[in-house]
Amino acid sequence: MAHAHTHTPAHRTEQTNSEAVKPVSKRVAPAPAPRRARTWRLLTPWLFLLAPLALLITFTYAPIANMVAYSFTDWDGVSPELHYTGAENYTEIFTREDLFQVFWVSGYYLVASVIQIVAALYFATILSFSIRFRNFFKGVLFFPSLVNGVAIGFVFLYFFQDGGTFDTVLGLFGYHTDHAWLGTPASANVSLAGVSIWRYLGMNFVLFLGAIQSIPGELYEAAELDGAGRWHQFRYIILPGIKPVLTLTVILSVSGSLSAFEIPYIMTGGATGTETFVIQTVKLAFQFNKTGLASAAAVVLLLIILLVTWVQRRLVPDDRVDLV
Amino acid sequence: MTRRAVARALVYLSLIAATLVVLLPLGVVLLTSLKTENETANGSGALTLPHDLLNFHNYVTAFRDGGMLTAFGNTAFILVVSVGGTVLIGSMTAYAIDRFTFRFRKLVIALFLVAALVPGVTTQVATFQIVHSLGMFDTRWAPIALYMGTDIVSIYIFLQFVRSIPISLDEAARLDGANAFTIYRKIIFPLLKPAIATVVIVKGIAVYNDFYIPFLYMPSQDLGVISTSLFRFKGPYAAHWETISAGAVLVILPTLIVFLALQKYIYNGFMRGATR
Repeated sequence: MAHAHTHTPAHRTEQTNSEAVKPVSKRVAPAPAPRRARTWRLLTPWLFLLAPLALLITFTYAPIANMVAYSFTDWDGVSPELHYTGAENYTEIFTREDLFQVFWVSGYYLVASVIQIVAALYFATILSFSIRFRNFFKGVLFFPSLVNGVAIGFVFLYFFQDGGTFDTVLGLFGYHTDHAWLGTPASANVSLAGVSIWRYLGMNFVLFLGAIQSIPGELYEAAELDGAGRWHQFRYIILPGIKPVLTLTVILSVSGSLSAFEIPYIMTGGATGTETFVIQTVKLAFQFNKTGLASAAAVVLLLIILLVTWVQRRLVPDDRVDLV
Repeated sequence: MTRRAVARALVYLSLIAATLVVLLPLGVVLLTSLKTENETANGSGALTLPHDLLNFHNYVTAFRDGGMLTAFGNTAFILVVSVGGTVLIGSMTAYAIDRFTFRFRKLVIALFLVAALVPGVTTQVATFQIVHSLGMFDTRWAPIALYMGTDIVSIYIFLQFVRSIPISLDEAARLDGANAFTIYRKIIFPLLKPAIATVVIVKGIAVYNDFYIPFLYMPSQDLGVISTSLFRFKGPYAAHWETISAGAVLVILPTLIVFLALQKYIYNGFMRGATR
């Protein structure tokens, strides 16, 4: 991570912090403080935390608790009536083929994120060395990740149309087709996953670039003197140097692939076998009023993502996670 | 040619290929937005130039009939309030966590940390019920509350910066009789400027581009933000690619301008923002 190396100074301030706090409170209140002043001092941090904690609990923790509770019921989200159904919703998710097939769709996005990470790594590496028009290429690669998702969806709906841009471009290379790219499940999913590479590559690229640039330059110089080529520099300096970002990117990509929503929803609405987990959940909850079932689905997704995070943390212990 | 020269040529070739892949779809949409209805309908091909390069007719249609003015207004309002709120809330949280030792401090930190692991999309079914019961459904306050309430990234960014502010500044002010609120307002907050810039950029772009939350929580036509208003083009303009393209360009253009103007800060912001 870009500030992985700031960790040590942070610890230092933390230390001076706790050391410094004590003498100060002694200095400020030499005599036993009056009771009102003491209560006030105990309350101060909580006054700062009041709004943040209220929002955090209302919009993150209360929903999680409710969601788990709903997932064991047949609630429709509207009526006051609600029955406890045990694990029925969960059995339904794992046994009904049409509900379970959304997990296979994630496979396309998983493959896409592998391609995306490799490509981002490649471009970040070559652009961290001196190259002409470096800033131009940097900007071009990064810009898509700032663009509105709906606009991207429309841009690519037009791009993949029958006889649209993509067909025209293929025609220029002598491959004449008039293909409905979004017309069959396999080619539609490949196209959508391609769009998500287009959209998110720049974000990974910039993260990698930042991490590579925080590697001290002398390391390359020393390596060059030792006769190491570009590949060896990449293998033995860059790769280990950016490991924390790399693992973070992998985990974000996995959870991103599982929760793909915008691009497929905007472009196909989940038609022709492109329905993803989140599209399905949104439809179950807000179109078919199956709040119970949708909650169970969301719990499953949440558990998978937490599991992936946990596994990643076990495999690559990363001290950077501690917030303070 | 030496091997090194070949390698160099291949590197440039790959960069040019990537540039084409990025720019081609966007460029085609720009061309299409300048074409007339006849030009897109007769299938002259996506890569042909429009007859009149200054034909802004579609932009007028998209802007007026697509309700883009309302959309930009709603987006601006939500953007300003929720980004302002995020800055306040994030900096206050960071200040409280870093500068005070109090009971349950570890628990509070853990609560914020764990929340960072929960992707917002997964809890939306239940969050919806809460927003509904608070009477915020289909108002601009629903997205505002959600954007402010779940932003762990900005808290993390602020925390990094508060930590780097020397504690001796606080102490000096305290000796002069300043209380915690004065210290926060007069010392910490002004010194957080770089962090505030980062949060404003990262959060601002996220809010401007978000589709999911306004789509779920503000179905009313007149509450459309730019994402949802553009999404509605799909119905009435289904076959009118020239209008849809104009709408897309209208939405992308502000992003491009901001990007070109603030490039350096945006890179920095995103490097910090994504490293939670």
